[in-house]
Amino acid sequence: MARKKSKKKPRLLQGNEALVEGALAAGCRFFAGYPITPASEISEILAHRLPQMEGTFIQMEDEIASIGAVIGASLAGAKSMTATSGPGFSLMQENLGFACVAEVPCVIVNVMRGGPSTGLPTNPSQGDVLQARWGTHGDHPIIVLAPSSVRDSFDITVKAFNFSERYRTPVIVLSDEVVAHTRETVVLPDPDEIEVLDRIKPSMPPEWYIPYEDTSSGVPPMGIFGDGYRYHVTGLIHDIRGFPTMRTDEIEPFMRRLFRKINQSFHDVQIVHHFMTEDAELVVIAYGSVARSARRAVLDAREKGIKAGLLHLVTLYPFPRRDVVATISDAKAVLVPEMNMGQISREVKRVNEGMSRVATLNRIDGSMISPQEIYEWLLKEA
Amino acid sequence: MGKRYEICLSGSGGQGLILAGIILAEAAGVYGRKYVAQTQSYGPEARGGASKAEVVISDEEIDYPMATRLDLLLAMNQKSSDSFYFDLKPEGTLVVDSTFVTQTPTTKAVCIPFTEIARKELGREMVANIIALAALATLTKVVSMKSLEAAVLARVPKGTEELNRKALQLGSKAAKAILKERKPESIQGHGPNHEDITYE
Repeated sequence: MARKKSKKKPRLLQGNEALVEGALAAGCRFFAGYPITPASEISEILAHRLPQMEGTFIQMEDEIASIGAVIGASLAGAKSMTATSGPGFSLMQENLGFACVAEVPCVIVNVMRGGPSTGLPTNPSQGDVLQARWGTHGDHPIIVLAPSSVRDSFDITVKAFNFSERYRTPVIVLSDEVVAHTRETVVLPDPDEIEVLDRIKPSMPPEWYIPYEDTSSGVPPMGIFGDGYRYHVTGLIHDIRGFPTMRTDEIEPFMRRLFRKINQSFHDVQIVHHFMTEDAELVVIAYGSVARSARRAVLDAREKGIKAGLLHLVTLYPFPRRDVVATISDAKAVLVPEMNMGQISREVKRVNEGMSRVATLNRIDGSMISPQEIYEWLLKEA
Repeated sequence: MGKRYEICLSGSGGQGLILAGIILAEAAGVYGRKYVAQTQSYGPEARGGASKAEVVISDEEIDYPMATRLDLLLAMNQKSSDSFYFDLKPEGTLVVDSTFVTQTPTTKAVCIPFTEIARKELGREMVANIIALAALATLTKVVSMKSLEAAVLARVPKGTEELNRKALQLGSKAAKAILKERKPESIQGHGPNHEDITYE
């Protein structure tokens, strides 16, 4: 987290503003969305910025249409994004599955606010974690990333686009109201300082192109509509040419490939930050804005001589099992503080398999978890 | 551990408190080169309701971005003075807009009629927030007036620069008058050590 003070003049930005900068730096040139607190700034700024760079901004009639437009634009070759919050995210679930199955790269930002339903528009929450994983129906892999600061919002959005392009999959950026609306001074990197990946395009002539043919990475090259690579796009399970199939010997390899392309890339997509975990007896596992409180609590506990550490999850899904297991296997106790009734703590308990004692700290009153609350647990357990 | 200074600007929606928070954060973070985090809380209403902006200023990177125990509280209406006073440290500073705050919870409160000054001297109530910022900076030196002026001028709409400059001067003047007539210990609170830049 610590960064040197740069010579460049810092800017005071909101998480949402930095997220937009990250999207544009990653090459986003299409945005379709419907405004909703606390994600509206993303639309507002992109409405202004995209036309200046020959990009397209559309305010759609609702969130269902928004993600539909995003999928279409991506098939036509534009890096595409939409941004919403809980109620809108619920509406997007069906088409999210379409993007999974048709393997259309796109980035969906969900700035979490209090729920269920319209809930608490201006208050933070982390209630949509499992929805981000399982919200759309059917078996599917998905990548979910959670920023925790303004600078993170930039970096993680760049990563989200890179993952979506590399693996031809929708990627969910799961921000929260605190991250989105907190302003901090940041120095954003220059374009030559960041890595930007683009989808692999077919190298064969159009008539030889087989759109859903397996490759070693499990990711087929993606023909762009209008470039002469004609193929059929459907939400039905399809054969390698993109047409619906009911043959078991085609369904199974297709489904296996969908999972394989993500599963064999855990080293790339699973991002965690270790903070004083090497000798930690008490481990806090946190993500999003709560990771900030956890970091303060760990620092305060260390000052008291308590061996505390923080495992900060950036990638929530695919769940970074390997890192979590390695960190908690020697711990006396583990705390998972979350602004929900326990969503990531379920995953931690699942992979823990009884090695350590897993405690939860849940706050569902629309307020952020304070460092004090985490610190008190560390004191009690020490 | 570095010094952490926590400020809360509170009042009702429409008084420009969130903008004031942004300006204060920019003055400290962009022009003053401190670490800052600015957060806000407001209701789902379009206008009215309670509004508050928090600014945390620190010498080191800020993890928890919200204020917990305030060093400085600006209350622009009675309700916010009553409800947020208890978040103030015992040695913290309370500054109220005495146009709207008639009962202060402590005799050590600094009372300046920001809105009345704005109305009478400039004919524009909307700059009360800028007058208040100048007063806060002069009283506590939490940011230098130079940084504050740079931040204000970079944020306000074109054509209002002169109005805002005057607002800064008025706020600074009002605060200096308070400092002259009262002993510092009767006000409490000392900002982090900044260069003592006075506004000319």
